[in-house]
Amino acid sequence: MTDAVTTAVGSDEETEAEEAGRAIDQRTYGFWIYLMSDTIIFALLLATFVVMSHNTAGGPGGHTLFRLPQTFAKTMLLLASSTTFGFVSAAIAVGQRWRVLAWLSVTFLLGLGFIAMEISELYGMAVAGAGPWRSGFLSAFFTLVGSYGTHVSVGLVWIVLSGCEVALRGLNPFVVSRLCRLGLFWHFLDIVWIGIFSVVYLPGIL
Amino acid sequence: MLGKLTIDALPFYSDIAMGGALITVVGALGVVALITWLGQWRYLWTEWLTSLNHKKIGIMYVTLALIMLVRGFIDAMMMRTQQAVSLNLQGYLPPAHFDQIFTSHATIMMFFVAMPFLVGLFNFVVPQQIGARDVAFPFMNSVSLWLTASGAALVVVSLVIGKFSAAGWSAYPPYSEAQFSPGVGVDYWIWAILISGVGSILTGINFLVTIVKRRAPGMRLMMMPLFTWTALCTSILIVFAFPALTVAAALLGLDRYLGMHFFTNADGGNVMNYVNLFWIWGHPEIYILLLPAFGIYSEVVATFSGKQLFGHKSLVYATAVITALSLSIWLHHFFTMGASPDVNAFFGRVAPLIAVPTCVMIFDWLFTMYRGRVQLSVPMLFMLGFIVTFVIGGMTGVLLAAAPDDVMRGTTFLTAHFHNIMIPGVLFGYFAGYQYWFPKAFGFQLEERWGRRAFWAWIVGFYLAFLPLYILGFMGMPQRLDRYYVAAWQPYLIVAEGGALLILCGIIFFAIQLAVSIRDRAALAISTGDPWNGRTLEWATTAPPAAYNFAVVPHVHGIDAWWAVKQAGKAGYRPARFHDIIMPGDSSAGIVLGGMSFVFAFAMIWQIWWLAAVGGLGMFSAVLWQTFDDNAERRIPASEVEAIEERRSIAPAFASRAPM
Repeated sequence: MTDAVTTAVGSDEETEAEEAGRAIDQRTYGFWIYLMSDTIIFALLLATFVVMSHNTAGGPGGHTLFRLPQTFAKTMLLLASSTTFGFVSAAIAVGQRWRVLAWLSVTFLLGLGFIAMEISELYGMAVAGAGPWRSGFLSAFFTLVGSYGTHVSVGLVWIVLSGCEVALRGLNPFVVSRLCRLGLFWHFLDIVWIGIFSVVYLPGIL
Repeated sequence: MLGKLTIDALPFYSDIAMGGALITVVGALGVVALITWLGQWRYLWTEWLTSLNHKKIGIMYVTLALIMLVRGFIDAMMMRTQQAVSLNLQGYLPPAHFDQIFTSHATIMMFFVAMPFLVGLFNFVVPQQIGARDVAFPFMNSVSLWLTASGAALVVVSLVIGKFSAAGWSAYPPYSEAQFSPGVGVDYWIWAILISGVGSILTGINFLVTIVKRRAPGMRLMMMPLFTWTALCTSILIVFAFPALTVAAALLGLDRYLGMHFFTNADGGNVMNYVNLFWIWGHPEIYILLLPAFGIYSEVVATFSGKQLFGHKSLVYATAVITALSLSIWLHHFFTMGASPDVNAFFGRVAPLIAVPTCVMIFDWLFTMYRGRVQLSVPMLFMLGFIVTFVIGGMTGVLLAAAPDDVMRGTTFLTAHFHNIMIPGVLFGYFAGYQYWFPKAFGFQLEERWGRRAFWAWIVGFYLAFLPLYILGFMGMPQRLDRYYVAAWQPYLIVAEGGALLILCGIIFFAIQLAVSIRDRAALAISTGDPWNGRTLEWATTAPPAAYNFAVVPHVHGIDAWWAVKQAGKAGYRPARFHDIIMPGDSSAGIVLGGMSFVFAFAMIWQIWWLAAVGGLGMFSAVLWQTFDDNAERRIPASEVEAIEERRSIAPAFASRAPM
């Protein structure tokens, strides 16, 4: 215990700016941890898909269901939206509010395009008799891709809310920190899509 | 309009179920009437339900746990009584009802007793132990509490409206699928798990960030008290393991609601995938519950031995090793799945390894007591009872983890082993923590004598209730029997019933202890915030602590920071001037969110779609309302801080010349 000579001499109290900075730092760190736990969810859904990938129960499999051009287009929309979100971040760095709003809108439209394509893909499969109730394989496919689509949709709602906030409140530190977390979320979804593309679609198509 | 909800959902079909429903309704109405009669609704709402103060949230969590403990224990008592008398069909419960009881008993004890109890203790203790004024995310903390409460409310409501699941707490398919369990019972289970599970994940994130980011200046990781270390490791396990439970329950729900085929027998379902997903969460969960108890034992043993914790560093490493190992041994819960010998061999080897760090811990605690001045206070009694009893549970666990011995799985040997871990391991630890930190929370101590009586009733009751189940397991009695035809089993089951009655006495003694302590609170009041001559920073605050915990954020230079302050004779230190302190304001968004999640889940269970939409929108609005409000803070002016600090009297009475 000799090393534990403690003095209770108080620290200088934090200033409000320091306090705000620390609050933002904590939120960013907490959001990274949330993303890690969300990664576990996607990992388990992917593992479940792999386990069930041959359980077609006499129904259609990936070879007949997946279309390369469609998947390629969806992937391009997503990658492009990640790039445009990069432009949002660049605009934040130089503090140009209208530019932030413009690139957020482009990102939103690209994301919306992805969701529209995904809904049409899933709907088309369902009406063609390959809905999630057809086989274990299709249950796993619809759930994985559906969860992904839900995440993207949440991201779209968030983009709209953030856009309103930027328009109304300007780029104060809290708004900027929320935009940064939105960016983390958006890029994270991109990475997850790479996983889905390589584990779900590619083996089905090739 | 009301989906599947009709008048038939009320339990007119059975007197016993009706009795349970009536007790629940009368109890709830009684509480409402009492609060109204006392005129305390406004106080309750402004001071407690909408509070973002981590100490109050902690106390509410523990209160929830204790209430649910009584509820879960009634289930246990009903099962013990049934088994004591049901030789040759003489029981009083029909099989379907018995099945519901063992399901709700385990669900309640795991999710709504153990989890809220440990999270409550985290909330109350951890920020104070690390010298912080609050957790990292005070509002999210309130959301976690009310989501947990909402899940608990679903299980309680299932007693009155509809039936609870009869598929066991693990809800294994295919029995839990719609084909075999068409009622709403499994849906109640799924939604209670999903809602409270989200609450748990948020708690895990919150404490991980709090501990990593909010420690007092100078407190390095290896200087953290053991309870904080176990809280950190538990939070990591929660963040990584609970998603698996969410996935398992959600996929089961998709099977039931949308006719999917994840776990069905036909159409490409894979039952074993559920079992894997469930135990990927389930095994770490055991350590999520155990590690905080180990942390409490470490605090208690150091304080009541008057010594620094022996092998602080080795205890930290043991905690970390358990954390890592616990994520990689889930398969020992189902060696009979039919995995290849290599897989079984791997898990059969890794599982017993966890005994090694556990032994390190046990020896560290023993060496802490060695040549210490051991005071046999109530928390210490629970600690000692744990050491002796837990060894039996550990050894039977090694037996169960060995793949060739798997014949015992599915017998009451497993029931006995599991309760041997959960009662002396987990629950005794939380009880010790409750007795240890109670004076800090309320400013007066719990009465000793009734505490001792409760301890003896609990420990003797535990042995009587569960040692017979080990023997019955060797005799081949399966778990969860509502009836049997082997006369040789009955004497053991009657002894077990006697043990359960003794545990009932233990619960009653706890209630008496609380009542007596509140009555005699003036005599039991503590003059300082440090009644036990503690060593860690939570004893530096007043009792009960001020909203901000520390008027001056302490600087830390080693382990046992408060002990060092006392040794240096600086416990009464007062700064020249105080500063304004900014704390989170109150928010009703948390309880609104929890309430709306209940509405949403209840509507989903009974398939009342419009109501589910209302609940979902309500949840969304509550989050939105809070998220974009950056100014939800309250400033405590320096003058008020000074006034509060003037009132406190730190008299480090026994701190001056105690041995190290």
